[in-house]
Amino acid sequence: MSAFDFLLQGLATAADPMLLFYALIGVTLGTAVGVLPGIGPALTVALLLPVTYRLDPAGSLIMFAGIYYGGMYGGSTTSILLNTPGESASIITALEGNKMARKGRGGPALATAAIGSFVAGLIATLLLAFLAPSVVKLALVFGPREYFALMVLAFVTVSSAFGDSTLRGLTSLFLGFGLACVGIDQLTGQARMSFGVPDLLDGIEVTTLAVAMFAVGEALAIAALGNTGEDKVHAIKGSVWMNRSDWARSWKPWLRGTFIGFPIGAMPAGGAEIGTFLSYATEKKLTKHPEEFGHGAIEGVAGPEAANNASAAGTLVPLLTLGLPTTATAAIMLAGFQQFGLQPGPLLFATNPELVWGLIASLLIANAMLLVLNLPMIGLWVKLLTIPKPWLYAGILLFATLGTIGANPSTFELGMLLVFGLVGYGMRVFGYPIAPIVVGLILGPMAEQQLRRALSISQGDWTVLLTSPIAAGMLAVAALALIVPLVLRMRGRGAVLSQLAGDED
Amino acid sequence: MSLKSYEIQRRPDWAALIIAAGLALFGAVILWDSARLADLGGYSGVGPGTVPKVVGIGLILLAVWTVAAALRGDFPERPRQQPAPVLWIVAGLAGQLILLKIAGFSIATGILFAFTARAFGKRNLALTLPVGIVFSFAVWMVFSQLLMLNLPAGPLEHLFFGGAR
Repeated sequence: MSAFDFLLQGLATAADPMLLFYALIGVTLGTAVGVLPGIGPALTVALLLPVTYRLDPAGSLIMFAGIYYGGMYGGSTTSILLNTPGESASIITALEGNKMARKGRGGPALATAAIGSFVAGLIATLLLAFLAPSVVKLALVFGPREYFALMVLAFVTVSSAFGDSTLRGLTSLFLGFGLACVGIDQLTGQARMSFGVPDLLDGIEVTTLAVAMFAVGEALAIAALGNTGEDKVHAIKGSVWMNRSDWARSWKPWLRGTFIGFPIGAMPAGGAEIGTFLSYATEKKLTKHPEEFGHGAIEGVAGPEAANNASAAGTLVPLLTLGLPTTATAAIMLAGFQQFGLQPGPLLFATNPELVWGLIASLLIANAMLLVLNLPMIGLWVKLLTIPKPWLYAGILLFATLGTIGANPSTFELGMLLVFGLVGYGMRVFGYPIAPIVVGLILGPMAEQQLRRALSISQGDWTVLLTSPIAAGMLAVAALALIVPLVLRMRGRGAVLSQLAGDED
Repeated sequence: MSLKSYEIQRRPDWAALIIAAGLALFGAVILWDSARLADLGGYSGVGPGTVPKVVGIGLILLAVWTVAAALRGDFPERPRQQPAPVLWIVAGLAGQLILLKIAGFSIATGILFAFTARAFGKRNLALTLPVGIVFSFAVWMVFSQLLMLNLPAGPLEHLFFGGAR
């Protein structure tokens, strides 16, 4: 059967009213958290993991993916109207979008962001559907050593290739590795780093770490800055619809953004931000109205918004086909799969095709729902921006601890939440990236397992890692991705890289 | 590199040095723990202690690198931090942790809610505490009764739901 048949079958699965309902909850929640500054899709999925424990796996996963897509839509609203990006992938949108809102063109800015997100989401999800089977075929020839090499590559790109410091990226990654050592060794059953404390035998929960880093750490960091005065929300004046020239200037950036964002999401190359920066640079170069850039050019909203949605879909390619998360949100979605005893990867396409294709198809439906939620109902989301900060953060911490208590109502777990929250606060203050520690915690043990398997097969011969051309190639790319930015920074050319800094989502 | 950067500041960054010490300590703990693991390498020669050893050594090397960066003044400028709001939130989390088992979810979380609101500028605890407790109680009802999440109940929850959990 071709990908097209599978997709049609998936649509039939996804049309189930219950699953449609889950998708609707997902996109609504996703839009809300995207709009609210201070919480992103990674945190929301982490909080929902314990709640979905007893729910249907397909429905929960569809909901998580809906949150991811919705977060990408909602983030643009905050960027445009408030100049405070709701999530990291929308930083660029704030550049031009907020300028447009100040000139009273907030409506068309929101519209081009929403329609661009829709176009990009649609194309990128179809690309995901048609690309996934070939990647799965490729993944089937992967042995432990290729998987290990792929994970090493992901570690390097997530931690040090982008961002402003190799040192701080690697430190964050190694802290994640260190925490990953806690618990029972998967291959020999020996207790590591547990110091006789039974609560530590199960290891450190990814969700506890993520909630502590994203919710507690963020709340502490923002509180510590003190009151910086109220942010001003720009009201939407006039029509939200775009005029003919807006359309003419938007459609090409949408398509270009899509084709820039998707491959970047699909490669193990870190978060959605990078695509948005590249798209912005491209549009600035190609525009016929260069004088408008910096003062509210519609191309500068259309391109990056399309790029960030396309790379969200792109991230699902390695996640679903290889089981390899390349962003914090994807890492926590992987934890979601594992919670239901499912391991994403080539086998999942064979053993559970209804689930995988139902998930992909429901993303198409979710995308259409998001267009409706974000254009005619935009006024509702803007109201969310007027929640005062004290209530907002009090609520965020309430739900953050609720998620932890719900997963494991123990004092010990809450203690870890507090300790990691303080670590997360320190990391924010000193400019350490957050994504590597989360990715290190979830991917570290998987990489260790693959390495030990590969070496078991070769009977302890380390050269086996380099004798497979695929593995050797990936390790070489990883080495380059580590060394080249280091050299660039030493020569004082780090400015471009630090602009590409990946943040949390 | 140039004379100028040499002149500006040669004062070591103490906070960064403390971070380096923390990293080295974490690395040392991992090494100490992995040393007592039996070497069950089997065919691979890689036992349960091998990867932690690598991670521990990695952390110590990163600590050395951090010291170098701190002495060179490579760490970014930090915005001024206000300790009071941070302490209020930490106190809220600690209060919730201590009271959770005794007072139940609603009261413990209500305290966290009120303290966090205070950290962000809502200073009137006589208002925020009741709001927090009522809100937490509503959340408790939805999540423990409807979604069957196991949330600790205290006197307040027992008052309304009798013997319920």
